[in-house]
Amino acid sequence: MKKNLLIAVAVLTLLLPFLHLAFPPGHALHLSEFYVGLLGKFLCFAICALALDLIWGFGGILSLGHGLFFALGGYGMGMYLMRQIGRDGQYQSDLPDFMVFLNWKELPWHWALSDSLAGQLILALAVPGLLAAVFGYFAFRSRIQGVYFSIITQALTVAAMLLFFRNETGFGGNNGFTDFKRIAGMPLNTPGMKVGLCVASGVALIGCYLVARWLTQSRWGRILQAIRDAEGRVRFLGYDPVAFKLSAYVISAMMCALAGALYVPQVGIINPGEMSPAASIEMAIWAAVGGRGTLIGPVLGAFFVNGTKSVFTAVWPEGWLYVLGALFIAVTLFLPQGLMGLARRFRK
Amino acid sequence: MIKRLLLGGLLALCVWSAHALTPELAARIAAGDGDDRVAALQQAVTAGDASLAPFLRALQDGRVWLKGGQALVVAEGQAAPADAEEPMLNNRMRREIDAALAGLDLLSPERATRARALATLRDDADASKLALFERALAAESDAGLRVQLNALVAGARLSSADPGQRRAAAAELAGSADPATRALLLDKLSGETDPGAKAAMQKAVADIGERLAWGERAQLLFSGLSLGSVLLLVALGLAITYGLMGVINMAHGELLMVGAYATYCVQQAFRAWLPAAFDYYLWLALPASFLAAALVGAAMERTVIRWLYGRPLETLLATWGISLVLMQAVRTLFGAQNVAVENPGWLSGGWALLPNFTLPYNRLAILAFAALVLVGMALLLARTRLGLMVRGVTQNRRMAACVGVNTARVDTMAFALGSGIAGLAGCALSQIGNVGPDLGQSYIVDAFMVVVLGGVGQLAGTVYAGLGLGVLSKLLEGWQGAVLAKIALLMLLVLVIQKKPQGLFALKGRSVE
Repeated sequence: MKKNLLIAVAVLTLLLPFLHLAFPPGHALHLSEFYVGLLGKFLCFAICALALDLIWGFGGILSLGHGLFFALGGYGMGMYLMRQIGRDGQYQSDLPDFMVFLNWKELPWHWALSDSLAGQLILALAVPGLLAAVFGYFAFRSRIQGVYFSIITQALTVAAMLLFFRNETGFGGNNGFTDFKRIAGMPLNTPGMKVGLCVASGVALIGCYLVARWLTQSRWGRILQAIRDAEGRVRFLGYDPVAFKLSAYVISAMMCALAGALYVPQVGIINPGEMSPAASIEMAIWAAVGGRGTLIGPVLGAFFVNGTKSVFTAVWPEGWLYVLGALFIAVTLFLPQGLMGLARRFRK
Repeated sequence: MIKRLLLGGLLALCVWSAHALTPELAARIAAGDGDDRVAALQQAVTAGDASLAPFLRALQDGRVWLKGGQALVVAEGQAAPADAEEPMLNNRMRREIDAALAGLDLLSPERATRARALATLRDDADASKLALFERALAAESDAGLRVQLNALVAGARLSSADPGQRRAAAAELAGSADPATRALLLDKLSGETDPGAKAAMQKAVADIGERLAWGERAQLLFSGLSLGSVLLLVALGLAITYGLMGVINMAHGELLMVGAYATYCVQQAFRAWLPAAFDYYLWLALPASFLAAALVGAAMERTVIRWLYGRPLETLLATWGISLVLMQAVRTLFGAQNVAVENPGWLSGGWALLPNFTLPYNRLAILAFAALVLVGMALLLARTRLGLMVRGVTQNRRMAACVGVNTARVDTMAFALGSGIAGLAGCALSQIGNVGPDLGQSYIVDAFMVVVLGGVGQLAGTVYAGLGLGVLSKLLEGWQGAVLAKIALLMLLVLVIQKKPQGLFALKGRSVE
């Protein structure tokens, strides 16, 4: 019953953006371009919330640095999109505008793959995955737990943000990448492309959800949850917690990077602001509001929090931070299980 | 027509020719070929006539007119005499006149006037004024000014035509520690031909360079210590709330902000009602910022943190929420722009130890204040009943409760104390930086870094970590720039947590995880 409902919601969500194409503007069922973009953004955020929940809800590891992986995925995609601008930029040069501005004569080495979509997509996923693997390996091997892990992941994001703010790093400094024109030779600003990217995000979310479900229901997932509840005991039983935590962390980082790569062509900009500590902590609140330790919860939470944010920024912008702050406090104090826990309590 | 003639006659009565200084000399200064004018000016300065200064000032103010080959001075507020020409003053002439006036001021009976003249002439010592400088030196009685005059005379001798004098002057200047003197020496060195004088100048440049390097090193060390004292002050409150109580308080930065805004409010109140006592507003601002932050802290503890003891991750998220609310509340109350907090008069300015090493008073005050707060806190924790209870509760809560300590009250008081100290730090920060809604955000990472590096539950460790981080970050900044220095320190934090999760100076213990 529950399963059928889920499938129905998923199919409806996937069909929703097509309303933009199927009905002309003014028609009652027409979905405006703004809402297609919003839906696409929310779908990407939902992937992030799901990724965070995989390690926080199931592994007990709160990372406050997932904004870094999201941004790295976005930058990976952004590099490709910058090269796709070609000679249509402000300076009509083969190089991206910001390089002309900095008086660079050729592409830096880390832009070597930036002409190929496939190559750049692989980079966008592999670099965050590798970073998570190296960073996580040393952290988990030293048995860093709880708040300490949160603090060092936050320190890592802040350091990366400062690094990306520098022009010399080669990622456009504090302006980042923007002004994208086309992807795979097709213009970005057509209704078809917007619907396509939105649907792609939806498919990616469903894919990530299925992977997460399969993982958490497997033996691996059960050991991960055991580590969350009593790491010492799992270690004494002969398992190596490092391997389980590390694999969960890497998978989660790559999901976030995928979300970032899908997010950038839809919003048309990526800059180091995505790596600010506030952005990463907000991801945690999406998962917490929806309900940690469930897979549907974080998706709901991402939609709920960001939907509320959209409403407030339109109606009462100054009030949003009050609401967000109150959400943080209320969820931790009164709703440790999030919206899912609330629903469960009502059913009883 | 008659009227005009009358007016001209009246004007002529107000005009007097510059007779005390010989009229020929005055006319040569006011008009003619540039080199000749300068030579005439120098001749007049060397003669040192008392009427030269008023004449030069009149020339500067445009009250000297040329008529029939004579320089006429009109009194202030009077129009120019009929068919008079205005003397031309180019930049060179203006500079020469300024220097000549300053040279004349060297003989003034007022010490302040002489000191000002010395400051003006410091960069402009040339051989032509040597006679004047020597006369001033002979007349000078103030020891401090004599030292400066000696340097000035030596500087003027550097331009002398006699190589022996130049060498002697260079040897004398080698004792200086002034960047301006070094620049002068380097300037003269490039044109020097005599080998003996050249060697003496090179040695003088090297000597001064070495002395300046000490000044620079001292400056670097001081700015490091100053940053360290700021970090320490910011982290001291956190050393209680996080170090002792174990509360991850992400709103710590906003407690600093509350303290800074409390200082701002007190400042505004003084400005409105007690402008005469404005210089003393800080004495009221200190307790006000402590109380404001302590009250906010106590409210936080009572309403939110109390329910989350033992759940650090939840505490982190909830206090982050509190910080968002506090920031937005400040934006609503005071606006999103930074507000201006002024230093009281006695905190502005600085103490110049060396020409390139100045200790600003506000930085010195913060160093002293940090030490004071540290000592106060250590005494409070070690010697008072409240301190005893706080230590008891944090070490063994259940045992403390068993012997009758009201642990909930102690928690609130300890948290309020830590928050109040954050408020004091905010008051100190308002004296050296911007006060705005984002004030706390820029310090929160640093504060945690200090406490984590210093080791949890350890005041001494916090001190080492605060001062050490301050000096280290200034050293790195001088070497690689501010951004890379910050990145390096963040990476250092990551590494330290990897190797020693309990901090560099942690007490040894036997707990399992």
